[in-house]
Amino acid sequence: MKEEFKMDTREKEIENLKDYKYGFSTDIENIKAPKGLNEDVIKFISNIKKEPKWMLEFRLNAFKRFKQLKEPNWQKPKYPKIDYQDLYYYSAPKSMKDKPKSLDELDPKLLETYKKLGIPLQEQARLNGIAVDAVFDSVSVATTFKEELTKQGIIFCSMSEAIQKHPDLVKKYLGSVIPTTDHFFATLNSAVFTDGSFVYIPEGVKCPMELSTYFRINASETGQFERTLIIADKGSYVSYLEGCTAPMRDENQLHAANVELIALDDAEIKYSTVQNWYPGDENGKGGIYNFVTKRGLCKGKNSKISWTQVETGSAITWKYPSCILKGDNSIGEFYSIAITNNYQKADTGTKMIHLGKNTKSKIISKGISAGHSDMTYRGLVDINSKAKNASNYTQCDSLLMGNKCGAHTIPYIKNKNFDSNIAHEATTSKISEEQLHYCQQRGLSSEEAVGLIVNGFCKEVLQQLPMEFAVEAQKLVGISLEGSVG
Amino acid sequence: MNEQIKIDFEKTFKTSGLSKTDIDLKKKFLDKFILNGFPNRKLENWKFSDINQIIHKNIGELSFFSDYSSSNKIDTSVFIDGLEHNKIVFINGRVEKIDFSFEDEDKIKLNEISETESKIQNFNSLIDLNNAFSDKIYKISIKKDYHLKKPLVIYHTTNNKIKSKSISIRLKFELDQNSSLRLIDYNYHQSEKNFINIFYDLELKKNSILKNYKIDNNHNKNIGYSFNNINQDENSVSENFILSSGSNFFKNEIYCNLNGSYSSAFVNGIISLLNDQQHEIRTSINHLVENTKSYQLIKSVLGKDSRAIYQGKIFVNSEAQKTDGYQLSKAILLDESSEFNAKPELEIYADDVKCSHGSASGSLDENSIFYLMSRGLNYQQSKELLINGFILDVIDKITDAEVKNLVKNMIGFKV
Repeated sequence: MKEEFKMDTREKEIENLKDYKYGFSTDIENIKAPKGLNEDVIKFISNIKKEPKWMLEFRLNAFKRFKQLKEPNWQKPKYPKIDYQDLYYYSAPKSMKDKPKSLDELDPKLLETYKKLGIPLQEQARLNGIAVDAVFDSVSVATTFKEELTKQGIIFCSMSEAIQKHPDLVKKYLGSVIPTTDHFFATLNSAVFTDGSFVYIPEGVKCPMELSTYFRINASETGQFERTLIIADKGSYVSYLEGCTAPMRDENQLHAANVELIALDDAEIKYSTVQNWYPGDENGKGGIYNFVTKRGLCKGKNSKISWTQVETGSAITWKYPSCILKGDNSIGEFYSIAITNNYQKADTGTKMIHLGKNTKSKIISKGISAGHSDMTYRGLVDINSKAKNASNYTQCDSLLMGNKCGAHTIPYIKNKNFDSNIAHEATTSKISEEQLHYCQQRGLSSEEAVGLIVNGFCKEVLQQLPMEFAVEAQKLVGISLEGSVG
Repeated sequence: MNEQIKIDFEKTFKTSGLSKTDIDLKKKFLDKFILNGFPNRKLENWKFSDINQIIHKNIGELSFFSDYSSSNKIDTSVFIDGLEHNKIVFINGRVEKIDFSFEDEDKIKLNEISETESKIQNFNSLIDLNNAFSDKIYKISIKKDYHLKKPLVIYHTTNNKIKSKSISIRLKFELDQNSSLRLIDYNYHQSEKNFINIFYDLELKKNSILKNYKIDNNHNKNIGYSFNNINQDENSVSENFILSSGSNFFKNEIYCNLNGSYSSAFVNGIISLLNDQQHEIRTSINHLVENTKSYQLIKSVLGKDSRAIYQGKIFVNSEAQKTDGYQLSKAILLDESSEFNAKPELEIYADDVKCSHGSASGSLDENSIFYLMSRGLNYQQSKELLINGFILDVIDKITDAEVKNLVKNMIGFKV
């Protein structure tokens, strides 16, 4: 990523933006499951991944349920009907048939793709001390730094590998937060998920490095169905980074991932996302549909789950990273920046379900909309009657640029406990002329000024990100809004 | 229900003087209602209070027949004391008395309008039901430059002759330029287990002022629904105050279009509940042009087993620059079994606006109680003092001194 941002002039960045800079795709012959969604395709996926029987049953159960479900349509951003029978549910780079033992054995074309993406795998692994589990389309290709993690007993591998090597853990926790009977897209994922990351942090271990995965959607017409499962055992800590870029395509690509987090007693999970998928061109053509289900369960006492997200990409973003605060004294946090430009649409927010005593949650959401875009914050704070002394603080601010865009706030607040405290605040405003004038007077261009002010607006969230991401995200915020000030 | 409702409809309007076109129109509304039924929780606006279920549980089978031909005796003891006022009295859904004796006769026009003239928009199936079954529609027009000397009190009363009935009441108001009206809706029920459905259409012309005070303070076992459809022209003001406390269930909806610049709308509400009561206030303020303003303040005090809901929406059109919108809802939960749900919503399409909302709920502050007790009050007194202070905040928003005192008296504050 770093190289790409070292452009010396802003012009170059703008030019890059015009031609979406990650808009390329590699010519690797893909193995594809036949088009369509049926039991045979699911069996095909399960078979090709050499899955045990229980896993296939898990998928088939989910599929059975899926057939009874209706696609939801209560969301604000409407999209053309998706023909689920017209999608490929599995595609893998051919060179994956025989898994490479080291990075050198990788298909040079694959490596090239990563380079363009700004993830020089070897370099990044060596210099940054980050273990990178890169996902190319649906199958993980390389996992680095495994050894160092293994020493501590940390398991960080692809989901398919985890199903083979750690079936007990997977069997115990997979689907425990997002059951196969959940909503439409989550159930679809349960039936046809291809791969993803699996993390297990053993008791008392503090993960020494930030775990990171770059997702990449490649083959055209391939819905990508990732499944991530992170388990933090008693007293452990992990920080996980997820970043996304996708190549330019004309057809809308569906992405319906499931992410499950489980924090046991005294454990803490920090999950950060920077999402910069192809948002479609300036006329709203193309772009990714990002319908992701992310849910964390604070299962143990004193556990903590914190979501941080920077959403700048996708044609439509529709996701609500949530926390179920089951353990007493558990904490849930949600920090979000969502930026929409051109014809992008986002309906995002969080759910905080308070079940345990003394549970706390905090929601900070910053939405920025420009161009013809539409942004919705939708959140739920639900305090159960048993959640004594629970507290929640919510703040959602929106910034509008121009009168062709929209910013909406729809919080649902349910309080069934008289011992609890809920406070919610929301404001909507625009960048004031005075602020702009002040910056411009001091020599900044109007775009730089906007970038600066917006970064200040987002500061509360940006500072929650780990160092590696913070720098990147800050730039992304500026780039995403280019051309929106007139 | 569907067969019965058709029979009830025929029975109600068999002897009425309505024209055939009107009855046909009413029939259309009836068919629409039959198609959709009572709203249930599957509809977003009824998510928190499923009125279909509430009616089913509290009343059971409803009868829709209304006898508009025979009159009822007016019980004058119901009338508000110590406040001179004009009145319209509804008993069991029938207009029994209209009295504007304090006003200049030629400044107020009162006429019956036909169903076709009333031009009803599509809102929800309860409004369809209202349109199908309501009696003559009275339109009250206030002439240009006229300010009513005394407030107009509308008595929504029922007596114990009716039970399990659905009652529909409809009125239309038109305030011409520079006019003003103080309108008090007073609910007083001696019946139980009825469904009372009130629909007002209010049109505010340039520079007019409407102050509407909705009072539901007498304990009763009825289910109430009230809908205000307000359209405001340039520089007009609407002040809505809701005291929601008496009925078993009550939902107040304020739907307000700010069509003229410099118009403003205020909604202030108190929900004070006990045993098994459930009340809701839902507002929808639509800022459609530049320089409009809205302000909402809703406070709830919730006792044992009670449930309050606030759904507030501020909509700002892309032309409505310089909008000022504010929304605040607060609730005190007094018991383990009380519940407060809120959905304060902003939908904004213009960039030069100032819109914010806030919502807070929790129990009484123990530190404040301690402070008061250390100064000699007992626990109960301290609690009452804090709650009174909490509610008084909303009452102080009432801009009319007479009505403010009236409301204070009703709640039990010393004036």
